[in-house]
Amino acid sequence: MELILDMASWILIVVGSVFCVIGAVGLLRMPDFYSRIHASGITDTLGAGCILGGLLLQSGLTLVSVKVAFLLFFALIASPTAAHALAKAAYLTGEKPLTRRGKSA
Amino acid sequence: MKYLIGLGVTLMAVWLLWSGHYSPLIISFGVASCALVLAITHRMNVVDNEAVPVEITGRLLIYLPWLAWQVILSNLAVARIILSPSLPIAPRLIRTPAGQKGEVGRVIFANSITLTPGTVSLIVNDNEILVHALTQEAEDDLQSGKMNEQVIRVEGNA
Repeated sequence: MELILDMASWILIVVGSVFCVIGAVGLLRMPDFYSRIHASGITDTLGAGCILGGLLLQSGLTLVSVKVAFLLFFALIASPTAAHALAKAAYLTGEKPLTRRGKSA
Repeated sequence: MKYLIGLGVTLMAVWLLWSGHYSPLIISFGVASCALVLAITHRMNVVDNEAVPVEITGRLLIYLPWLAWQVILSNLAVARIILSPSLPIAPRLIRTPAGQKGEVGRVIFANSITLTPGTVSLIVNDNEILVHALTQEAEDDLQSGKMNEQVIRVEGNA
């Protein structure tokens, strides 16, 4: 049982790390500000989510895991709010998104 | 009154879970600080359905697993785009109707949109949200209106 939990936890942590790296790659590859926000969203959600999920399994049924669950909860509220604030600020100050045809919308 | 009780219960639960010390002295510190926070927030007039959404908490817990599944699906879609050599994106701005009656509902909807990679909410108006979508698929997903309906259900008749 312990072994299975340990393996599941490590798989989650590794998968989360891979998604963090994918998010970082996306951040570099995406062409403009708005599309980069989508890439950072991967790191915020599945990256952070999987890593914290793996840590939850490591700590088991203790108060520590409650705190990790709270971390996950707050991260999932704070990161879209911050992403929205960034995107809104960019839009209102006139940053034009790229569109399909390479023209500004 | 129910908002005050809801806030008090939440504060006390958080105190107990985060401190981990259950001696009478520490618990009485907890009760005292929760009472102080309740008194201050009550005087500030900020204890309402927006700060303490007790009515929707139960339905929110049903909504969250659905949202989590959507987030995973769209994560995989965007990850595939990032990793494909041709970077097949087709970014566009779209307007999506937001049928929520209250501000809390609209905030939940806008946050859900941003939480799913592939769509980011830019401007939140009274009945629609301006969204930046990364691909045609992300736009189609959003415009199918499923998420909108789910959040309306969370909001209920409150």
